[in-house]
Amino acid sequence: MSTEIMTLNMGPQHPSTHGVLRLVVELDGEVIQKITPHIGYLHRGVEKLSEHRTYHQTIPLTDRLDYLAPMSNNLGYVLAVEKLLGIEIPERAKTVRIIMSELTRLKSHLVWIACHALDIGAMTVFLYAFREREKVMDIYEKVSGARMTSNYYRVGGLSRELYDGFERDVKDVVDTFPGCFDTYEGLLTKNTIWLQRTVGNGVISAEDAINYGISGPALRGSGVDFDLRRDIPYSGYEEYDFKVPVGENCDTFDRYKCRLVEMREAVKIIDQALKKLKPGPVLADAPQVCYPPKESVYNSIEGLIHHFKIASEGFPVPEGEVYQGIEAPKGELGYYVVSDGSNRPYRMRIRPPSFVNLSAIEKMAKGSMLADLVAVIGTLDIVLGEIDR
Amino acid sequence: MDTLILGLPVAYYIAMVAKVLVAFVFVLLTVAYATYAERKIIGHMQVRLGPMRTGWHGLLQPIADGVKLFFKEEIVPSQASKFAFLLAPLVALVPAFISFAVIPFGDTVTIAGYKVPLQIAAYYDQAGAEVFDMNVGVLYILAMASLGVYGIVLAGWSSNSKYSLLGGLRSAAQMVSYELAAGLSIIAVFMLSESLSLHRIVAAQADGAWYAFKQPLAFVIFFICSLAEINRTPFDLPEAETELVSGFCTEYSSMKYAMFFMAEYANMVTVCAVTVTLFLGGWHGPSILPGWCWFVAKVYFLIFCCMWIRATYPRYRYDQLMRLGWKVFLPLSLLNIVATALWVMFISK
Repeated sequence: MSTEIMTLNMGPQHPSTHGVLRLVVELDGEVIQKITPHIGYLHRGVEKLSEHRTYHQTIPLTDRLDYLAPMSNNLGYVLAVEKLLGIEIPERAKTVRIIMSELTRLKSHLVWIACHALDIGAMTVFLYAFREREKVMDIYEKVSGARMTSNYYRVGGLSRELYDGFERDVKDVVDTFPGCFDTYEGLLTKNTIWLQRTVGNGVISAEDAINYGISGPALRGSGVDFDLRRDIPYSGYEEYDFKVPVGENCDTFDRYKCRLVEMREAVKIIDQALKKLKPGPVLADAPQVCYPPKESVYNSIEGLIHHFKIASEGFPVPEGEVYQGIEAPKGELGYYVVSDGSNRPYRMRIRPPSFVNLSAIEKMAKGSMLADLVAVIGTLDIVLGEIDR
Repeated sequence: MDTLILGLPVAYYIAMVAKVLVAFVFVLLTVAYATYAERKIIGHMQVRLGPMRTGWHGLLQPIADGVKLFFKEEIVPSQASKFAFLLAPLVALVPAFISFAVIPFGDTVTIAGYKVPLQIAAYYDQAGAEVFDMNVGVLYILAMASLGVYGIVLAGWSSNSKYSLLGGLRSAAQMVSYELAAGLSIIAVFMLSESLSLHRIVAAQADGAWYAFKQPLAFVIFFICSLAEINRTPFDLPEAETELVSGFCTEYSSMKYAMFFMAEYANMVTVCAVTVTLFLGGWHGPSILPGWCWFVAKVYFLIFCCMWIRATYPRYRYDQLMRLGWKVFLPLSLLNIVATALWVMFISK
């Protein structure tokens, strides 16, 4: 009997390509022979745009990279610029950044578990996880004014002081989330069908993972014990005590376990940070870079001029180049900023974890079935906003 | 009333038409409200409300859905094989309904001194005081259930769309894997009842000795296989949304889509009714309620279980599902037949 390879175009409109990913899949029956990802449907040119904006004006652009984890994107960027400027930020701002970034990790991982489970057919986990995510979103909204595009961090600290009751809200998250994770695990971890679908699926060895440059939970699931928060600490992570989960079997199930442990650890970090949170300023004492306090803007001409200068003209950054990588929820998010001494970056390059992780998709899904490909997309936890930039 | 037509009294035909109408309306209403119930039940399991806007707590939702689908544009893809494309929804829908012809849904009722068994293809022989129904009722149901899958395969093939094709292929593979195990699992029931007539199978369970208790393995295998046969979660591969967009019905719109939708739910009602008949004592129950009430209650309970399963389980992969059918359920049901045969031969006699 003669057979033919079927070429199937998955996406850019497809329920489980997580946005506008397009995969051209060559199928023999349902067995995958070849996968060609086509990306760029969400390209907005963030890197190029940033060359024409002052350093502060680029922060809202970074929100839209990995739109499921905006504050992590903010963090990487402001850390890079702060490194260039060589300014030290106040303790309170640092602690709040840790809390918000770990909440962001929770938020991103909740979307991951929701969509991953939905892709494999477990619909209920999806809605449970989104229910929990809503709590984080509420905190986001109260803190920054927006649920998704937060634009909260500033070079030198934070854009504003926290609201009253922030600690109570975060404490609520810390108290209730571990129980919610138990619910997800109850629905999935020992579920025979879930195990059959994830164990042995999307295997990538530690060596291959390193060669592909995979980072984040996808790397740790393959047994590589590497976490930027612990190994190259930034933003004060060295003061926190947390475990880095590592998988053994390099498959989807291990990555799933890793991310779940990571969520529990994130809750612990938030709890520690809450205890450290002391009153104080949230912006560095660096008038050439930071906005003046609002009272001075509204009440004095000097303050108003100061605000106007920073808002319109920005601030010059010393000549030099810097790379700052952070452990974003999806992996190593890096900002490479080159400054020529002016008030805009000469060049900014973003290393998006999803983009690099996606490159391994063929390696992970080749030879398996179409249904496995969907599971692999889910386990890589990609976001197209970040891949296409 | 003594006039005979083809050897049967006129009253038989009148009763027959009445029963057809009652059963058809019952199935149709159940199908309509099963869609509503599914959305409500799964909704509440998933901490949301489900439909709330159309009517009190969304009670008019099925009607609104029906009207909406009715007024949608009919689209036939230009590259589709038109005849098969139009035929497929019918092929899927009709067998789902006609299986109901042989299912006894209640006790014999007396109307104007004339006894009528509540089973469409059956009549009460006044002289012999005995109910006669189709003596191969179960075979008929299995045959009809297998016919339904042609609709899906045909839809997948004729749409000329890759996702539909994969959906149709999956459906065909699923069918051959599960039909056999389902058929073999109920052989154990026939061995105990010594009949293929559904009326007798129900009668044999009259004393509360349901076959679900006597044949738990067969019951479990049959119910799981039934889920696979009607493409319900965890076996909803032919229309696996996250993989195949909508599977075999990707290209269908309007009433043609509605017919597939109805077929799916009608199949669910039918297999639940068959399971109740074969394993859960049919319409028998404590006499505080009439027989048909028990039957309806049991069927609704099983439908609820189907929905519960959907809210709980992920989806199988196509090869895993076939492995489960061929390597687990088939040997188990064969084993069950042998064990039952030995029991009937040596112990029960």
